[in-house]
Parts: sequence; C-alpha cells; structure tokens
Amino acid sequence: MAFVEKKLPADAPVAAKALNWVDSRFPLTKLWNDQWGNYYAPKNFNFWYIFGSLAMLVLVIQIVTGIFLVMHYKPDATLAFASVEYIMRDVPWGWLVRYMHSTGASAFFIIVYLHMTRALLYGSYRKPRELIWLFGFAIFLCLMGEAFMGYLLPWGQMSYWGAQVIVNLFGAIPFIGPDLSLWIRGDYVVSDATLNRFFAFHVIAIPLILLGLVAAHLIALHEVGSNNPDGIEVKDNLGPDGHPVDSIPSHPYYSVHDIFGVTVFLVIFSAVVFFAPEMGGYFLEYNNFIPADSLKTPPHIAPTWYFTPFYSILRATTTEFLYVVMAAVVGYVSLVYLKSKLPAIVKAGIAALGLLMIIGMMPFGLEAKFWGVVLFGSSVVILGALPWLDQSPAKSIRYRPEWHKYMFLLFGFAFVTLGYLGIQPPSPGRERLSQVCTVIYFGFFLLMPWWSTMGTFKPVPKRVTFSAH
Amino acid sequence: MSIEKQVDSGRRGLLVATCAAGGVAGLATAGALVSTFQPSERAKAAGAPVEADISDLKPGEMKVVEWRGKPVWLLKRTPEMMASLAKTEDKVADPKSEKPYTMEMPEYCKNQARSRKEHSDLLVTVGICSHLGCSPSSKFQEGPQPSLPDDWAGGFLCPCHGSTFDLAGRVYKNKPAPQNLDVPRYMFLSDTKVIIGKDEKGDA
Repeated sequence: MAFVEKKLPADAPVAAKALNWVDSRFPLTKLWNDQWGNYYAPKNFNFWYIFGSLAMLVLVIQIVTGIFLVMHYKPDATLAFASVEYIMRDVPWGWLVRYMHSTGASAFFIIVYLHMTRALLYGSYRKPRELIWLFGFAIFLCLMGEAFMGYLLPWGQMSYWGAQVIVNLFGAIPFIGPDLSLWIRGDYVVSDATLNRFFAFHVIAIPLILLGLVAAHLIALHEVGSNNPDGIEVKDNLGPDGHPVDSIPSHPYYSVHDIFGVTVFLVIFSAVVFFAPEMGGYFLEYNNFIPADSLKTPPHIAPTWYFTPFYSILRATTTEFLYVVMAAVVGYVSLVYLKSKLPAIVKAGIAALGLLMIIGMMPFGLEAKFWGVVLFGSSVVILGALPWLDQSPAKSIRYRPEWHKYMFLLFGFAFVTLGYLGIQPPSPGRERLSQVCTVIYFGFFLLMPWWSTMGTFKPVPKRVTFSAH
Repeated sequence: MSIEKQVDSGRRGLLVATCAAGGVAGLATAGALVSTFQPSERAKAAGAPVEADISDLKPGEMKVVEWRGKPVWLLKRTPEMMASLAKTEDKVADPKSEKPYTMEMPEYCKNQARSRKEHSDLLVTVGICSHLGCSPSSKFQEGPQPSLPDDWAGGFLCPCHGSTFDLAGRVYKNKPAPQNLDVPRYMFLSDTKVIIGKDEKGDA
C-alpha cells in the first residue's frame, strides 16, 4: 500500500500540521490515547489508587537525581566515602540532590508497599490481571536489588557490613555456596571489585530492566483495564459508545486526580528532604557516616527498614525453630492431600518436596543457616503466587466475610512486627516473637486457598458504588 | 495452502545448524562475561603473609592485624583466661575443632587452647564469624551483662546475630554460627614476632 498522508486544510495551525506529519510516521497520538488520553478507568477510584502514579514520579526522581550524583561520585574503595562527603559539602546544592535520592529510596518502598496493599485489599491481581501482578512483583525484586547495591556505594560501615552479611547468605547454599559468594564479591572479602560491580548494576543494568518492566506493567494494565474498589469487571457493562458505563477517560479526570496526589506527596517528601533526611537513622543509618572498616563490625547492625520484615524471618530460623517448620510441612502436605483438588502428580510433587525438606532439616541434614536463607527467599517469592493462592469468590474486601478483614489485619500486624524486630538487636524474647510472626506470615499465604473461600460472602453489585460529588 | 505445507528439509537443516552455531557463539561470549566476575589475578596475588610484632602485648590484651583483607586477632591470654577454657569445654559445639570453616585447622593447633605449644597463651584467629561474616566484639569481662548469659566466662559476641565464642574462638552450642573461628597457619619468627599465613610447611 502506498504511503498516504492525511491532508489538513492549508490554513490549519502549524502545530496541527507538525503533529499530523509525526502521526503519519509514528503512532504518537495513538500511543497517548491508548495509554492514557483515551484510556477508560473505573470512576470509583479512591485514594488507594494514587500510588501507581506516585511510584512513577519517584522512579523519575531517582533516575534524574541519580544521573547528577554519578557526575560527582567515585566508584573506588579508596575514594567513594570521601566523594559522597564532597557531594554533601562542596558540590553546590549537592546535599539536596543526595538527600532527594536517599529519601527517594525510602519513599519508593513506602509507596510500593501501599500499592501492593491496595492490590491485596481489592484483589487487583486476580484473573485477568495475573501478569500485571507478576510484572509488578519483578519490579519489586529489582527495587530490592537496586536498594541493596545502592547502599554499598557510600562505602560506610553499614554499607560494608550489610553487603558482607547479604553476600555471605549465598554461602549457605550447599556445595556451590562458598564459590558463589566469592564470585559475587570478586574477591575474598567485600572490596573495590565488589564496589565497582555493584555500581555498574545500580546505575545501568538494573535500571534498564526496571524501565522495561514498568513499560510491561503499564501496557498489560492498559490492555485488560484497571480493577476498582468494588472488584467488578466494568467491561461487562458497556455503554452505547463502546466504553464501560462505569468508566471515565483518564485524561482529564485522573490527570487532575493524580496531580493533586502528586502535590500532597511532594509536600511530605520535601518536608522529609529538608527537615529529616536521616529520619532518625531509619532512612540513613548513623553508622554509615563512618568510613568502611574491614576489621571492625559496628556494635549493632541492621538493614534499612524496608528489608527488615524479611530479615527478621531469616533471623527467626534457628535450629529449634526447624522442628516447628518440619511439623508445619507435615501438616501442610497432609492438608494438600486431603483437602485439595490438585492433580495427583502435583500432589505427589508437593509431597516429595516436603519429604526432601524434612530430611534436609534433620539434625544430620543442612544447617539452620541454609534454611534461614530458604525461608527468607520464600517469604519474598510467595508474594508472586498471590493470584493463584487467593480463591475468594469476591475480589474486593468489601464483599468478603467480615472476619477476612481480621485475617488481613493479623497479617499486617505480623508484617509490621517483623519489620520492627528486624531493627532491634537480637534477644531470646524477641526471637520467639519473630518466630510466631513468621508462622503467621507463611500461614496467611499458604492457607489462603482454603480460608479465602470460607465464610458468607456479600452479594457483589452489578454497578460500581459511586455517588457524584 | 500447498506452499505452506512444503518444508524444504535441506534448508530447515541449515536453519537449525545456523541457530546452533550462533547459540554456541552466544553461550561462549556469555561464559566469558560471567568469568569476569571471578577474583582477578591481582586479588589472588594479594594474599601474602603478614608479620606482627607482639612485644608490646600485655597479658589480657588483644591486637588486630589485617591479613587478606580480614581481621586477625592476636590475644595474649592470662592464666585465668586459659583456665576458663576447661569450663567452656562442654558448652561449645565443637570442642575439638573437627568442622573447619574456610581453612583447614593447622595440626599444631588441634588442642584445647587452639594455639601453638611453644606460646600456648597467644591465640591467633581470624575474627570473622562463621555465620554471615561479621566481626565479633571482645567481651573479656566475666559475669552477667547485656546479651550474654549470667555465667559468662569471657569470650567474643557477634553483634549481628548473637553468636558467642569462648576465649579460644570456639562457638557455643545452639548459636547461629555453625563453626569455630578460623585459625590461620602461623609461626613465631622470634619470641616477639609472629608471621601469619605462613608456617614451616610454607605459605597458606
């Protein structure tokens, strides 16, 4: 087919002609309309629906401030610490760029955790949105990698010993572990080689993957359409114009909504950047203002707050606790056998896996340290399985039985408690509490296929709950 | 329709062979990139033995030297400290040091004090916890204190996950750390000079 360019009247504005010229060669207007301008979203969004756009904003803040930090930072073990101090003291406005970046990291996790909570409350990961969730989960993993590797770069005491502990976690894997940690570090101790490779991952490798995943997350979302607080498929009820009757175009309606959210967020964000950038040692730990010393571990080391729930699970796994885990595995395998409709081959697979785990946890088997790493990894990975674990007939919490809300609260409480315990130094009482919370954490997810179907569900309406304001 | 069904097996074979050859080249390149992550020749060469002067070390004092980027502790133990090792013998997980951590236990240190016979009071050990690699802190003071049991006999406490070690670097039972602290190969050059990472049999 020959190339035909749409003809505009001779007196059309120059801008319209220019856009027409581009649109004939690149689907600019089409992209805008598909992805935002003419993207119809349910009209009953509440404040929980602000965190997606905010996450996007923080990603932009991190990338832009990151670019300017790299212009002054030196990825060299002998120069790194001093170059960060140079940015803070000598580079004009360098302190602001650095504090925006360090506060942005914590803000990113706050927003992402709230964004995930929204998905949990309204069943946003349920069919047909499983892939949106999986892309989002992969984004979360990338963020954890970004945060961990970025934290090494200032080359302070917490940078150094945090990296030492996490890299050594891989050493717990049987047979290949010690060589694997050596390979990750590139030296026998955390050193210049480690700093350089973490720098490369932090500034280029992971951000590239992250951007690709964000694009995939949004394309998938705009393909199937957004969920809403009622958990109703708005596309089941189309109006004469072919758009869902309960939806409105994102532009201008949600553009205005999101700009308002951005304003509120920036007020809070700026307040933190200007008045409490260290946030009492939670956003920037005090020990990290001491240069890395490979001969001395600070008296109290803890990861940054966003990792502590998972870190607590790692610490909770002691030799004693393995007996609880073994009992739980036995119970769970029996439950799968008696109370699930899975194919026989899958049941046999789960039973075999359970048996292997029990053998491995026996006193003659693998060390508690290895199982700590396994539980730590599983506690993150299990989030990815949510679309298949949740079997509730109603997507939204609004139409689920009242006691489901208490299940969510209990889980939230266990998660926050684990986070708190991860910041505290270890003690026998705290260890016991973290073990109880670990059991609740895994119980919530692993038993979800059963408990999410139980109870009396409320009728789900045909149209979204909405009153014009 | 008939065109779609005809597969030229000769061309299909060439296609498969081309993909296979390309795949091999791709894998080889990936292998080279993955290999760049291994320790460099310079990192491997940096493991030379180090000398330490202990002439100024009084009984009960400890000094730290760096060997292969890790802290090596030189602790001159008092007679009371040496006596405490008999008390901790049945409280530690591996009293005979049969499970090594990252390096083989030297033959001459396989004893309760985990040191050389000629200067058994001097403990030479790598101050890296066998759990996740933190460096434990010195807790030589006996008796009850925070994070430690009431019958504490002196030793080391790892700040990261609470593992405790006695004054010979042996890990207590039921702690996250699975093994005792490493004892490197070392020997005395004179009464006041120790070399770490080297003994009569050569470099470690």
